[in-house]
Amino acid sequence: MAVKDYIRQRFFPQIWCPGCGHGIIMSGLIRAIERLGLDKNEVVIVSGIGCSSRMSGYLDFHTMHTLHGRALAFATGVKMGRPELTVIAPMGDGDALAIGGNHFIHAARRNIDLTAIVMNNRIYGMTGGQSSPMTPVGEKGTTSRRGSLERSFDIVDLARGAGAGFVARTTTYHVKEMIDILIQAIRHKGFSVVEILSQCPTYYGRFNAKGNAAEMMNGYKENTVRIGSPQKKQNPALLERGVFVQKEAPEYTDAYLKLSQALSEETRGADHED
Amino acid sequence: MGPEVRFLQGSETVVEAALYAGVRFFAGYPITPSTEIAEALSERLPRCGGKFIQMEDEIGSLCAVVGASLTGLKAMTATSGPGFSLMQEAIGYATMVEVPLVVVNVQRGGPGTGLPTAVAQGDVMQARWGTHGDHAIVALTASNLQDVFAMTVRAFNLAETFRTPVVLLLDEVVGHMREKVRIPEPGEIEVVERLLTSVPEGTDYHPYLPKEDGRLPMSDFGGRHRYNVTGLVHDMWGFPSTDPTVTYNLLHHLVDKLETQADRIASYKEFHVDDAEILFISYGSSARSALHLVRGQREQGVRVGLLELQSLWPFPARIIREKCQDRSRVLVVEMNMGQIYQEVKKHAPRPERVFLSNRFDGAMISHQDIQRTLNIVQGRGV
Repeated sequence: MAVKDYIRQRFFPQIWCPGCGHGIIMSGLIRAIERLGLDKNEVVIVSGIGCSSRMSGYLDFHTMHTLHGRALAFATGVKMGRPELTVIAPMGDGDALAIGGNHFIHAARRNIDLTAIVMNNRIYGMTGGQSSPMTPVGEKGTTSRRGSLERSFDIVDLARGAGAGFVARTTTYHVKEMIDILIQAIRHKGFSVVEILSQCPTYYGRFNAKGNAAEMMNGYKENTVRIGSPQKKQNPALLERGVFVQKEAPEYTDAYLKLSQALSEETRGADHED
Repeated sequence: MGPEVRFLQGSETVVEAALYAGVRFFAGYPITPSTEIAEALSERLPRCGGKFIQMEDEIGSLCAVVGASLTGLKAMTATSGPGFSLMQEAIGYATMVEVPLVVVNVQRGGPGTGLPTAVAQGDVMQARWGTHGDHAIVALTASNLQDVFAMTVRAFNLAETFRTPVVLLLDEVVGHMREKVRIPEPGEIEVVERLLTSVPEGTDYHPYLPKEDGRLPMSDFGGRHRYNVTGLVHDMWGFPSTDPTVTYNLLHHLVDKLETQADRIASYKEFHVDDAEILFISYGSSARSALHLVRGQREQGVRVGLLELQSLWPFPARIIREKCQDRSRVLVVEMNMGQIYQEVKKHAPRPERVFLSNRFDGAMISHQDIQRTLNIVQGRGV
């Protein structure tokens, strides 16, 4: 199918600024879902609040635009209710990791079969460019005009530490890699985290002299390398891309179903004895 | 086999009634004095194909309840004051996206951590106005466990009928006390099932277009209609809008669908009300003490009566107006600083005749406490 078959054209144009990376991610996600051959009725998109979270409305799946930070909590209810559905949560970095940080680590710990996409533009875009938990120390936002005093998270380390079974990082520059990673993440049975660096030329780029959208994307090309690249040894500042974690572990809705089947049989057995 | 009669705790009664009503999803977080509901459902739900999950906090709990409800499951949570506070944003979301669910709040002393193990009825106004913005809400309550059963089933019925969150406002005494409960036979109490759309696949389904009777048929997530759900002001498609007309109509719809049905939603019981000169108005465990006093006074020939409210929101204003007519005194009995008393004063024909008999110190209000208030308002001193 064509990309336009997966979008709700009635609700276009979308709200993202010219040059924003989020549309590239939306397009990558559509291509991943298309290549997976998923029926549109099998897919649920649950987003929170922020620029990233507007994605849900544009996509022609079952879609939910929820509360700031709570996408994974709503998604958990959807997945528990209908475990056969593919549930994907596109989130912003502040959305997923500041206000939503608790749900993020617990979804990872629980290993529930959701795909969490963290669209990391290192800033709060919707509210006008405040620093986020992904704003690197020293970089600027409207609430850190002199540079952020706080260290940022490493999403890969955070997700791995919390127990996510699939953890990957890519960027809006590396679209083919992004699609490939999203396919693997959606296929993975368990909690998957995909961090996608996404340019915000309007705020983050402008406040931190990162150039225009094309220059910011070029920066992703220059400043990242595939996992295991020898360049990383020479320049430790380079950010690695690729799949960091991919391991099988009991998935929550599966484990729950097994418990439920065992208890149902026990209950039926007890009824027969009556 | 005759009807099953059991000796149950209040929390267990909620569980039995919720299962009777068809609950199939519970998400919650431990908190005194409501934890027993989660504990029991963690055992019961997996046995009947239902789902239980202990979330990381009360915020996530109510969000998960909304998500599960959208997949077609009757869904609930149970909590107490601090957890109820954390749920307020998602209650507003559920109101806005018109998703049926039930929140049981077994009230304890507040504010803050308050008195976790003591009784209170201080969340009446939080149930009404806890979430931001203009909205309407349904809140039910009960004073004995047979009524807890009936009101729990009714909470699910109203949630499904009106596509709205319903708060079941119990209190620590009702939640923890034990009484005889007759479990109704299947079919004995009406159970309202979700109204699903009859729009065929491939035809446009408008999730937010009410039918002529005002009800909004739903379509389960994962089903044949794909639509958008958003907490933003939205049109009949479920898509965000900032249009003043769309906004005006949506807010009116959300409020009117409940407030215009206040009489239909109203639940109350009357004890010796008809010829009462003095009328007590109470609810929850406070109503037990008020009833005790009324029965004692009647034995002495004093014309007192009790109006026990079982629905607090939408406020049964017409009932209050009618029942307070021609009374020499009206005494509102509650365990807070006058949350329903203020409402009664607003609607009673002679507000100067409305008085408050209350406690808010964590101790159960007794019939002696109410008697003392009665003596004072009758000018008989303490």
